[in-house]
Amino acid sequence: MEIAQNILLTIATAATPLLIAAMGELVVERSGVLNLGVEGMMVIGAVCGFAAAALTGSPWIGILAAIIAGALLSLLFAVLTLSLATNQVATGLSLTLLGIGLSGMIGEGFVGSPGVRLANIHIPGLADIPLVGRLLFGQDPIFYMSIALTAGVMWFLFRTRTGLTLRSVGDNHKSAHALGISVLGYRYAAVLFGGACAGLAGAHLSLVYTPQWVENMTAGRGWIALALVVFASWRPWRVLGGAYLFGAVTIGQLHAQALGFGIPSQLLSSLPYLATIVVLVIISGNRRLTVMNTPASLGQPFVPDR
Amino acid sequence: MNKLVLGLTTALALTLASGAQAADKYKACFMYVGSKTDGGWTQAQDVGRQMVDKELGDKVETVYVENVPEGPDAERALTRFARSGCGIIFATSFGFMDQTVAVAEKFPNVKFEHATGYKTAPNLTTYNSRFYEGRYIIGQIAGKMSKTGVAGYIASFPIPEVVMGINSFLLGARSVNPDFKLKVVWVNTWFDAGKEADAAKALIDQGVDIITQHTDSTGPMQVAEERGIHAFGQAFDQIKAGPHAQLSAITDTWGPYYVKEIKAAMDGTWKGGQQSWDGLKDGILTMAPYTNMPDDVKAMAEETEAKIKSGELHPFTGPINKQDGTVWLKDGEVSDDGTLLGMNFYVEGVDDTLPQ
Repeated sequence: MEIAQNILLTIATAATPLLIAAMGELVVERSGVLNLGVEGMMVIGAVCGFAAAALTGSPWIGILAAIIAGALLSLLFAVLTLSLATNQVATGLSLTLLGIGLSGMIGEGFVGSPGVRLANIHIPGLADIPLVGRLLFGQDPIFYMSIALTAGVMWFLFRTRTGLTLRSVGDNHKSAHALGISVLGYRYAAVLFGGACAGLAGAHLSLVYTPQWVENMTAGRGWIALALVVFASWRPWRVLGGAYLFGAVTIGQLHAQALGFGIPSQLLSSLPYLATIVVLVIISGNRRLTVMNTPASLGQPFVPDR
Repeated sequence: MNKLVLGLTTALALTLASGAQAADKYKACFMYVGSKTDGGWTQAQDVGRQMVDKELGDKVETVYVENVPEGPDAERALTRFARSGCGIIFATSFGFMDQTVAVAEKFPNVKFEHATGYKTAPNLTTYNSRFYEGRYIIGQIAGKMSKTGVAGYIASFPIPEVVMGINSFLLGARSVNPDFKLKVVWVNTWFDAGKEADAAKALIDQGVDIITQHTDSTGPMQVAEERGIHAFGQAFDQIKAGPHAQLSAITDTWGPYYVKEIKAAMDGTWKGGQQSWDGLKDGILTMAPYTNMPDDVKAMAEETEAKIKSGELHPFTGPINKQDGTVWLKDGEVSDDGTLLGMNFYVEGVDDTLPQ
């Protein structure tokens, strides 16, 4: 049964970066801002995390650097879209291009250099329990952060006053402004949080998933995270489910290929996307609930009266 | 504000770098599909260009452009090269084929070379490498080294080049272990370190103890190192990623070919319309040191390498049956290059359905 645990561990590794990046973007979009630059912030996080860890020898400094780098790039986005009211879609797209280009430049000297792996946590005794030991008590620290992040975001958005205010800013920024809430303040904070999460997700790629730096190593995971948020209709637990479903089908189809079922590999490769979309669309089938969960001011610029 | 935007745009712009600026030097230009630090295909190309700099630097100036998408942009980049005084232009990706043909027609006085394609013109020559020769050798090593008798093959796209590699690997393995089995996983990407690593983990969980790949990242090598099994490097010597895992690597060595062609272009002996397909004996393809294996396996690999170089051994020599059991090559018959370059079938023994 060791193989079952191995497969589950592989799925968790595949799902974790998607979950973290998507959870950050969910908070951003709940505040009414659409940041399409997730891929760019993630790849910047990956390169800065790798570089800082390689230079200092400490993966924890790498994680810190990745979070700061992701947040800094999102600050640029915030200044442009919030303070200067530029188009969010165009700015987000260029943020992705900037991130990819910039990461290539920063990482040029680090291609092929040996990576630093963030060691797995190992609780003696507990981690040796058959079947579930390593799954629950022997994974990398970022995995535990991703679970804590999901719980934290759920609690914050739906159980705190600040979370309620943030959602109101995303639903109707004019009313929120009239009530004396600092719309831009909330949005700045949300965008920075999203950037930090994307940076952390990038660090997972370059410090845990495959401890190395290569250009474009995010390979589209930022876009998948973005899609997860929409298909999960902005509900944190659905993002969690979507990320793990995507990871499970991705790994499952690789196993199906290796077993040689004779199913065309192109079909198998597209399964993670199909399955995730179908399942999330079905569970989001209640139109009234979906409308209720969609941030009504999503993507609309807000310019306060002077 | 505008300045900021301008600055960002410049940072994104394609980098067009050049070495020395002397006007009397012969200009050789390279167009890359990826980044020169991709750790794989394009980096191997750029190492070749650097060899030109080193050997002919006093007479030749090299120019390159990175990250050119395979499409209309390639035609623009080639046209710009041709107008800027390039004597010879190397288009280094299969997907640049039609654009290179089109631009070569417009600039009959400029010499063009296209990597791995099959269309030529009076001023356009193609060049390729017989990667399958290396794959036969690593297949033999796998056949000797595997305890489970099953290897895992991480494949990119079902194009002839990749299918040829899978066949050659299995023929090599079965030449030393007739019962050898191969599990093939298609990841439908050339480059996604995470996905390639996932494929390697899935294969190992299903009992393979040797991994080989036709994708470009070192992800699978890292997994092999962690799990304590063996693997082969791809395009580049990946020994740094797998100091205990790597048995050998098929490394691309374009430099000598580039030096030869540029010299020929300068002294007037360069010929268009050629289709160069060199292999181990020409040094365009080299094997990384045979490591982490017993001496007898190493000796076998070296012997096979020598036999391929001398022409004594061709990996695709009959009797070979196709996957469905029908005869492809009769005893002693050697496949012609045309069949290899268009290969769209598996040989007997591959345990996979070829995606069509």
